[in-house]
Amino acid sequence: MLASAIIMFREVLEAALIIGILAAATRTVSGSRRWLAAGVLVGLIGSAIVAASTDVIGELANGIGQELFNAIVLGIAVLMLAWHNIWMSAHASALAADARALGSDIRDGRSECSALFLIVALAVLREGSESVLFLYGIAASAGSGQSAMLLGGIAGVVAGSVVGYGIYAGLLRLPVRWFFGATSVLVLLLAASMASQAAHYLIQADLLPGLASPLWDSSAILSEQSVAGKLLHTLMGYESHPAGMQLVFYAAALFVIGSGMFLANGKRRATLRAKTAA
Amino acid sequence: MKYILLISILFPPASFADENVYSLVIKEHRFQPVEIDVPSGKKVKLLVVNQDATAEEFESHSLNREKLIAGNSKATIYIGPLAPGRYTFEGEFNAKTAHGVIIAQ
Repeated sequence: MLASAIIMFREVLEAALIIGILAAATRTVSGSRRWLAAGVLVGLIGSAIVAASTDVIGELANGIGQELFNAIVLGIAVLMLAWHNIWMSAHASALAADARALGSDIRDGRSECSALFLIVALAVLREGSESVLFLYGIAASAGSGQSAMLLGGIAGVVAGSVVGYGIYAGLLRLPVRWFFGATSVLVLLLAASMASQAAHYLIQADLLPGLASPLWDSSAILSEQSVAGKLLHTLMGYESHPAGMQLVFYAAALFVIGSGMFLANGKRRATLRAKTAA
Repeated sequence: MKYILLISILFPPASFADENVYSLVIKEHRFQPVEIDVPSGKKVKLLVVNQDATAEEFESHSLNREKLIAGNSKATIYIGPLAPGRYTFEGEFNAKTAHGVIIAQ
């Protein structure tokens, strides 16, 4: 029972943290709640479909279909997180205070909501399909501990969701002047972490060289299987045996998205200054 | 997608000599063989055949690999080049029984 609780907790945690952070980051965007719920729903339906076609996906592209699928899903998520964060940098002050700007922001808000929808749906899809396969495996095996394991699985889902809600509630408690900074740093790290994971799948598929592999071994200090290790893995991409290429992708994502945010923020300030002068 | 296609053109999967392909069977939630000896410093291809009806997740933090293998199906996992040493792996969905180790020398 405990074993299945831990597995489901680990599977759910990643999606729950992503949803928690994004739910907090977009709380002032009108309509974001509905899009978020739609993303979870579509992600759940999608994960059942992906789980049912695991063998088909796996055999695509000479047996590396699963790696390609994961890398593409992660790649799209990175692009959407980048778009989200740059959009937020450009609109932060308007979202926080300037109600007059809302009229012109609604159209932009809609495209922001579709990015949110896609990120949530993809996060649920990726983690969800593994959960579906695991739970299906328990349900299909006629053992005596079956119902206890299913119960454990459900407890794991609940525990993962609680952590996701915890980060959401924690972020909402932050003072407004810290809030945008904190959420955009978290989203930036999530994006870099996903870029590193995408590189991991491409290396596993033998489509990318690993470069120094592993670059280091920190499993003795912080194991990825521990709760702290898993949390850090999801939040900032911690790995105990990363390949050099993963670090290249991580740093590139940090640099590109960070520069985009900086430029968008600078542009907004310039516009504000021009308005005040006029 | 374009990016991935581009990457796949830039880095075509290396072809493997027969001696660098190793097979691993999952049966009744156990790996067979439990121990695989591979040469160090070379890329190795693992062919995993899951003979169980349920899915399994091949996972190894020391190899930096994880892969879902559907019930009654096959999967390919590329590993290495490895430094000499022991690399444990497990089936995450059945961690009680599914264990194995790859020994690179």
